[in-house]
Amino acid sequence: MGKVFDTSRRGFLKGAGVTAAGFTLGFHVPFAGDAQAAVTPDEINAWVVVKPDETVIIRIARVDMGQGTLTGLAQLVAEELECDWSKVKTEYPTPGESLARNRVWGNFGTAGSRGIRDSQDYVRKGGAAARMMLVQAAATEWKVPASECKASKGIVTHPASGKSLSYGQLAMAASKLEAPKDVPLKDPKDWTLAGKPVKRLDTVEKLSGKLVYSIDMKMPGMLNAAIRDTPVLGGKVKSFNASKAEAMKGVKKVMQVGDSAVAVVADTWWRAKSALEAVEIVWDEGPNGAISNDQVKAMLKEGLTAEQAFVGNQAGDVKAALASAAKVVEATYHVPWQHHVTMEPMNATALWTSDKCEVWTATQNAEAALATAADAAGLPVAKCDVYRHALGGGFGRRATSHDFVRQAVLIAKAMPGTPVKLIWSREEDMMHGWYHPTTMAKLTAGLDANGNVTGMHMRISGQSILATVNPQGLQNGKDPATFQGLNPGGAEGAFGYTTIANLLIDHAMRNPPLKAGFWRGVNNNQNAFYLECFIDEVAHAAGQDPLAFRQKMLVNSPKHLAVLNAVAQKAGWGTPAPKGVYRGLAQHMGYGSYVAACAEVSVDDKGKLTIHRIVAATDCGHAVNPQQIAAQIEGSFAYGLSAALHSEITIKGGKVQEENFDTYPALRMEEMPKVESIVMPSGGFWGGVGEPTIFVAAPAVFNAIFAATGKRIRTLPLADQDLRKA
Amino acid sequence: MIKLNINGTLHELDVEPDTPLLWAIREHAGLTGTKYGCGVAQCGACTVHVDGVAMRSCSIPVGEFKPEQKIVTIEGLSPTVTHPIQKAWLELDVPQCGYCQSGQIMAAAALLQANPKPTDEQIRSEMTNICRCGTYNRIQAAIKLAATGMAG
Repeated sequence: MGKVFDTSRRGFLKGAGVTAAGFTLGFHVPFAGDAQAAVTPDEINAWVVVKPDETVIIRIARVDMGQGTLTGLAQLVAEELECDWSKVKTEYPTPGESLARNRVWGNFGTAGSRGIRDSQDYVRKGGAAARMMLVQAAATEWKVPASECKASKGIVTHPASGKSLSYGQLAMAASKLEAPKDVPLKDPKDWTLAGKPVKRLDTVEKLSGKLVYSIDMKMPGMLNAAIRDTPVLGGKVKSFNASKAEAMKGVKKVMQVGDSAVAVVADTWWRAKSALEAVEIVWDEGPNGAISNDQVKAMLKEGLTAEQAFVGNQAGDVKAALASAAKVVEATYHVPWQHHVTMEPMNATALWTSDKCEVWTATQNAEAALATAADAAGLPVAKCDVYRHALGGGFGRRATSHDFVRQAVLIAKAMPGTPVKLIWSREEDMMHGWYHPTTMAKLTAGLDANGNVTGMHMRISGQSILATVNPQGLQNGKDPATFQGLNPGGAEGAFGYTTIANLLIDHAMRNPPLKAGFWRGVNNNQNAFYLECFIDEVAHAAGQDPLAFRQKMLVNSPKHLAVLNAVAQKAGWGTPAPKGVYRGLAQHMGYGSYVAACAEVSVDDKGKLTIHRIVAATDCGHAVNPQQIAAQIEGSFAYGLSAALHSEITIKGGKVQEENFDTYPALRMEEMPKVESIVMPSGGFWGGVGEPTIFVAAPAVFNAIFAATGKRIRTLPLADQDLRKA
Repeated sequence: MIKLNINGTLHELDVEPDTPLLWAIREHAGLTGTKYGCGVAQCGACTVHVDGVAMRSCSIPVGEFKPEQKIVTIEGLSPTVTHPIQKAWLELDVPQCGYCQSGQIMAAAALLQANPKPTDEQIRSEMTNICRCGTYNRIQAAIKLAATGMAG
């Protein structure tokens, strides 16, 4: 195996701690040498196990939350392994096993559309190394050079002699061989399994109700817990009266959890939840109990014109360019807080004894969950482990914080030897999110007499995710993630409009008192909304076609341009749309991929919006499973448009006002447009696919709404805005 | 004790009459395929059939049921996972995270039972369950496919 992971304590903390808010430094991590690797005899290497019955188990370090990573990673390993795809099964190793084996599986974190692109190299090498060892085992058996043997569909053959042995027959011998040092990989153009639209490996159990999500955990003697945490961030429990609750059927314990929460443990969750409602809690709301939405908006508004701001992208002299412009266009935009609303509410099952702590949960970063569990358990990491379940949605929530794991462990610790499953009610879930950050942006562009953009200032004001989640990650106070998709170059997300000679993109950080977190697409979402709607405004101010205007500005950014042109062509930009239907465009780059969309909408006399069709393109470099990429594109529009049309979290007296789907609606099928996807991998790089197309959902639709109505929507969500023609 | 007929089996459950059917199914009958998503009949993750009609089990107390009423959960829809809806779902690789899919499948099966050849408009207005992954395009296509009887 070529890849050597960072096995230091620092490496684990980096991998685990980056997204573990509330993570406490100072615990001991025993590493290499302290624990022996649990190597099974049929394990070829960490990634591949071959059973005597020819079953191939591929280990998956990253996690599937619906985005198809499990199948995609298995395809990459199997491609190099040359095994029989119909024999493939997958398995999630635990972070505890990984630590005991020098972090042999690397990073478990699954966020930032990184599941495949960050691990493709070493998982492919894992598959290739295993194949080389299986071939070598056969060659040794036959006393022929390995170079004369071939591997295909789980069988090694020696064409010259006609001999063959199956992987199942060779596994034991192969597992005893030294791992090869030089492990060449296939050129992606020679792939026969990767790159193909194979079906997911995990579907059947999702159709039968048999898949066990962590919320479905059952263990002998298990109890269930319901919890209520402070409704105001920073608040605490002053006192509580549990006498009524304690007398209710099935109730085993009523307890305070940390400073800020009260939990009821009962035989069933419904009884725990019912009893929790009978607990009288007196809260100390703390300093945030007086803050409401108006103050938050005022705070952000002030930042729009503040003197000081962190600079993200700068070129030329924007002040001079704006001062000398023939025409100046200015607009202010706003995005509110949004909640993830994973369909499966936060939950975890914990079993604590003085010697061991085990957790069963749904997490996007099992190493971070382990670090949180160990900290809450008061035990060394080596005495703890986290068992992973399929996620009922993640969207960043289950990467941002493992607060639910901490609570579950603290509750279990009060009941040694008894497994306790903690489930957040939907209301608890919605009111204790790590919300998509709220920001405003003021954009100012200068045009010359020919309608060319000579300068642009984009001032972002508002919340930093890192300031909430991982303040150590700030760079001299600046949150670089704020500028996603706006950076000058870089493989992660480059600003495409490099023809703007005088440019300033800066951020006045304003952090109102609600936790911000990573939310599918993260800061790219509002950055693309602000920028792509504003570019549309500027195009109209210049009297130019929005496609032609962008094409001119993207001449130095051929990949940005290619996806834009692809959607324009497929949607029929420049040709008449059906009667009453109007089009809008947007493009953006993020998580290593280039994306664009063209939306077709109509707005009737009553102002009712119908989104008829979305044409969306992505250039993700290499495409591992095109039909799953298409599924991600479709889903990203459901998620992005749900936010754009409906989603807003507000606070009053420091408390989140939206508690469930009745006050925080989600997009349903009736509103879902038909999404036509164009997967156009140009090769040579690895981009993500779980998030990127979400960036262009809101701006493409809102630009189409402008085309239909002449109304510019600059504030999300759309729901309460009047779209009737003026 | 409350008597419930779930998937053809009569269960006698030690459950308070005001307990929602969802939690009786999950915690007392031990069938966890039916999911909790909101508790207020908004999302449909808890959809089951009651005498062939799709209902949101999170918001109906078990005390309202009679033992002769037939409750069917995702586990009871087809013992071989070959209901036309399930076959169509498999063919179009519908689920993403899968958490809402038990409810989506039960809602779709009830829709086809009541209307074997639904139009796209009927599917879009009848299928009101929430999917946060956004599998709506494929759900719509899979229901159409199931209605043709050609899936799988």
